[in-house]
Amino acid sequence: MVAVVGIRGLSTRFGDVWVHRDIDLEVGRGEVVSLVGGSGSGKTTLLRQIIGLLMPTAGEIRLFGQPLFGGGVDRERALRRRFGVLFQQGALFSAFSVYDNIAFPLRELKELDEAAIRDLVMLKLDQVELLAEHADLMPAELSGGMVKRVALARALALEPELLLLDEPTAGLDPERSDAFVRLIRQLGSELALTVVLVTHDIDTLAALSSRVAILAEQRIVGYGPLAEVMAIEHPFVQGFFHSERGARALRDAGLR
Amino acid sequence: MTAGAHAADGELLIDVSAREGGGSSVVLSGRWVLAGIAAGLDGLEQRLAALAAAADTAWDCMPITALDSAGAMLLWRAWGRRLPGRLTAPAEQLRIFERIAAVDRQAPPAPRPRLAFAGLAELGESAIGFGRQLIDFVALSGQLLLDVLHLLRHPGELPGREISANLYKGGVKAMPVTALVGFLIGVVISYLSSLQLRQFGADVYIVDLLGMSVIRELGPVMVAVLVAGRSGSAMTAQLGVMRVTEEIDALATMGVSRSLRLLLPKVTALGMAMPLLVLWATAAALIGGMVAAQVELDVSYRLFIDQLPKAVPVANLGIGLVKGLVFGVFIALIACHFGLRVQPNTESLSANTTASVVTAITVVILLDALIAIVTRDIGIP
Repeated sequence: MVAVVGIRGLSTRFGDVWVHRDIDLEVGRGEVVSLVGGSGSGKTTLLRQIIGLLMPTAGEIRLFGQPLFGGGVDRERALRRRFGVLFQQGALFSAFSVYDNIAFPLRELKELDEAAIRDLVMLKLDQVELLAEHADLMPAELSGGMVKRVALARALALEPELLLLDEPTAGLDPERSDAFVRLIRQLGSELALTVVLVTHDIDTLAALSSRVAILAEQRIVGYGPLAEVMAIEHPFVQGFFHSERGARALRDAGLR
Repeated sequence: MTAGAHAADGELLIDVSAREGGGSSVVLSGRWVLAGIAAGLDGLEQRLAALAAAADTAWDCMPITALDSAGAMLLWRAWGRRLPGRLTAPAEQLRIFERIAAVDRQAPPAPRPRLAFAGLAELGESAIGFGRQLIDFVALSGQLLLDVLHLLRHPGELPGREISANLYKGGVKAMPVTALVGFLIGVVISYLSSLQLRQFGADVYIVDLLGMSVIRELGPVMVAVLVAGRSGSAMTAQLGVMRVTEEIDALATMGVSRSLRLLLPKVTALGMAMPLLVLWATAAALIGGMVAAQVELDVSYRLFIDQLPKAVPVANLGIGLVKGLVFGVFIALIACHFGLRVQPNTESLSANTTASVVTAITVVILLDALIAIVTRDIGIP
């Protein structure tokens, strides 16, 4: 089976600084992979490369077995419609209401009529546990947790097979963060999504991931199930998982 | 009978056959996902609706390999928003339909009641809105006046660095463009006037004509329009973004007065820069006119410079500079007023920036007319 995300020999350089050197990473269908690493380790850069916002200096990224770039506008667009992205701040269009934000990608298809779009938007709102009366609100009127939910609904509007999340729980209080993680997990299994997320929240990581990729020193120092990755002898891994906070989160997740 | 909605790739299949004992059975197979159905939606919807309309149709969804919510929604709509009586489908598909049914059961949000006099109400609202803006504007001006009084008692708090920075941004950096525009305006007026003046042999009156119009009227207005477009919009956008990013709130929590630190420097700096820019642009316009007069009418530079003080009393220069000061203060005040009205979204930012520039230019023209009436007896030779 073709990997949903296939990264081979990826290197990135900003000016004189190497961010990644020769990274290989494969994400299979249905997996939930977390990218973790310290600040400045290039997690978000890698995510932006996967979604085609940044070009790697060297190496290749394939989604669903196809290269990200080339092959004409139509092919690129069709490929981009197969994944959805949840940006860290939500990146909702501030001039559109919640309804129009979610309807936007559907309207861009230019195939669905307005009644079908309305039904789908209402369904998406329900999927992310928002109410129909929230549809008329503007992004500025939403709380942080609601912004994330609307952004998730928008990311799911085109029925993607792959969902990419950049710090999905950053800026949420623990309770909302837990609720959001639960939502992602539930939707992930319900919609059979493959999920790649960047996080440094250890609770999110422990609750969601089927595999964890650890970025440090410009490469991936560990990639595997959480229990396996935790055992790696690396200063970052030790500091990250074996701090007091980390231990507590992992205990809650039943790993210790 | 087998018919594929996408015969070519065979992605979506609808298989209809007659059932024993009447009715027909429909077997659906393939991938019922958004990407597949979006392309041939119209025909597909009608076909399904026709099949659903026929009495006693049995539906078999078991062979469907992939069904997402868009595909499910398509079937749901064709079935008349309920599950058909005879349906065979795996549990996970039924779960999707169950979710859709749950959304349908939610009461739709109540539509906003329509008022009988909506148009009238809108008119009233905009009138009230205009009045409120005026009050806000007066409040802003009053606040700045209080700040000035405060500064007179505490001269140490004068925001010197901010004033200097604004003076540089709004004044020094506007010098090239105002000089260029001024020079060209001078050339144009001089050329056009010379065509008329030559007919009467009144060549030397070019100095009166050009000097009077440029120094008293065109210089200040031209610079004001340029500065409103340049610095006014920049000020509104800057304040607007600072509101969006909560920087203004951050300032307030540190006990820093936003009017003293953000607004007053802008108004002061533009009030100082505008008269200087008027002087500068007027000079450029006179030079432009002088060059054109020399070329076109053969009026020498020396004659032009000799004639200028006689033709244009020095009071006119004073009027021009006062106009510059007034225009500058108003442009900055209007820019600040609209900048503080920006709501945290992109639409509001662009709307307020536009409103700032348009209002500033309109107000400048209004003030110009007002000043023209007040000063009608001053500086006329």
